Amino acid sequence: MELVSKLASVKAKEKLAAGAWQEKLVKWSLIFIGAAFLVIMMVLPLVLIGVEALAKGWSAYMRAVSEPFAQKALWLTAEATILAVLSNTVFGLAAAWLLTKFDFKGKSLLGAIIDLPFAVSPVVAGLFFIMLFGRLSPFYDTLQAYQVAVVFAVPGIVLATIFVTLPFIARSIVPVMEAQGRQEEEAAALMGASGWRIFWQITLPNIKWGLLYGIILCSARAMGEFGAVSVVSGHIRGKTNTLPLHIEILYNEYNFTAAFAVASILVILAVVVLILRNLVEWRLTRAERTGEHEL
Amino acid sequence: MLRLGQVIPGGGFALGIVFFYLSLLIFLPLGAFVLYASGMSGESFIRQVTDYRMVHGYMLSFGCAFAAAVINAVFGLLLSWVLVRYNFPGKRLMDGLIDLPFALPTAVAGIALTTLYVENGWLGQFFYAAGIPSAFSAVGITIALIFVGIPFVVRSVQPVLRDLDGSLEEAAAIMGAGKFLTFRKVIFPELITPLISGFALAFARGIGEYGSVVFIAGNMPYETEIAPLLIMTKLEQFDYQAAVAVAIVMLGMSLFVLLILNGYQHYRLQRLGA
Repeated sequence: MELVSKLASVKAKEKLAAGAWQEKLVKWSLIFIGAAFLVIMMVLPLVLIGVEALAKGWSAYMRAVSEPFAQKALWLTAEATILAVLSNTVFGLAAAWLLTKFDFKGKSLLGAIIDLPFAVSPVVAGLFFIMLFGRLSPFYDTLQAYQVAVVFAVPGIVLATIFVTLPFIARSIVPVMEAQGRQEEEAAALMGASGWRIFWQITLPNIKWGLLYGIILCSARAMGEFGAVSVVSGHIRGKTNTLPLHIEILYNEYNFTAAFAVASILVILAVVVLILRNLVEWRLTRAERTGEHEL
Repeated sequence: MLRLGQVIPGGGFALGIVFFYLSLLIFLPLGAFVLYASGMSGESFIRQVTDYRMVHGYMLSFGCAFAAAVINAVFGLLLSWVLVRYNFPGKRLMDGLIDLPFALPTAVAGIALTTLYVENGWLGQFFYAAGIPSAFSAVGITIALIFVGIPFVVRSVQPVLRDLDGSLEEAAAIMGAGKFLTFRKVIFPELITPLISGFALAFARGIGEYGSVVFIAGNMPYETEIAPLLIMTKLEQFDYQAAVAVAIVMLGMSLFVLLILNGYQHYRLQRLGA
């Protein structure tokens, strides 16, 4: 009897050990497959950009980056990004305020409209603005008469950039504002605080990490937007070329070193964005957690 | 629309901003587009959208986006599993890398992927040696769309897997179910909904994707010309009718995908509620 139970326990242990060994094998093979996928899809392209950018040495790299057209493209990209972030911040705050602090009919419709730019191909988005401000526009004669150029000019680029990044900030703030509820604002309003004071002193401090998160996502997308901007820009060198469009031109001219050198600026910005995003996300979950504790 | 008498102020002001902003950026451009589209005769629209070059263009975009989304569903599930269930050195880096396609401009990704997969590229040499043309082909387009779509799947599945109730798994294990059986019967059913929504988002994004694809596609009419590129080409030829026709088909396709997703989520919610 004793022997049987001993045997059984030895067998069970063996089985357990075999199971643990198998589990380890599965674990490490899955990690290996995942890591291999990421190395091939993500790491190799990044490494390649660095290698190609420096293929002709440091001085060639610096020449490509500091060349006047590249500099102009950088400034235009910065301009479009800053304008998109500013205007989408104002819109995002207003939209989130409306969506979370009030009850009204058509709320979900408004949410769907705000999300629309995510469902539209950037090229189609560019086409929308060509239709509104281009030769076929109902306002074309008026625009001509006042010599306002939107399409194939800087305003078109800015508008297209704003369109494709429109949902980011609103979408980042809404869940945070929703989680905060309305009581604090309602209490302040009953005590006679003005709308601005409520916003600056109560709402904004509560949502600052969500807002920052949205701004990071919005600027990342804005500085890299290609399809929509490509449609409305008209590709005028030194005038309506953003960094991504400049990269396209260099690449199509077989000027690969310069193309990758300029691209590396955007890669550095993208890596900065990723790091900032991770930091803010960490703060955001922490803020959410402490918010829960206070309740 | 707004119910007056609500305590919090600023509703009218916010509504004003939102309405003005959406008018300028969405209603007016969309309206101009719809106005022009509704002016097209039905006959010429049908002729445009059934043109062989066009049909080839959106079939290609649709097919490659679908293939890429399927591959992303598999690897996205695997990556979410690895990131949620295992601990290993470099995990945080791996987690951060998944968002790279969100942060990296599509044109930059496009030229990098093309250079990797051309015939004498770092990875292209292996593909070409195996007889697979990995650049300027449908294979290349699919590779670019895999790059673009992977974060959508991981970021949908990962949070659900993380919040999964562990007690069911424990129960299954105690009752003697093996790890794989537990995964198949207990865990996987919970992940179907986020997996499908990640799949649909990656798919919809793939149909409209331009920047990362246009370099690796090769852009040969009737062969590797994707739908968004058709719009560009037609616009450059001032053929607005054709450009608008392609845009309508593309809008229809992505709305169709997102509607099906919405319908499915609704159905799941109702079934769970019942």
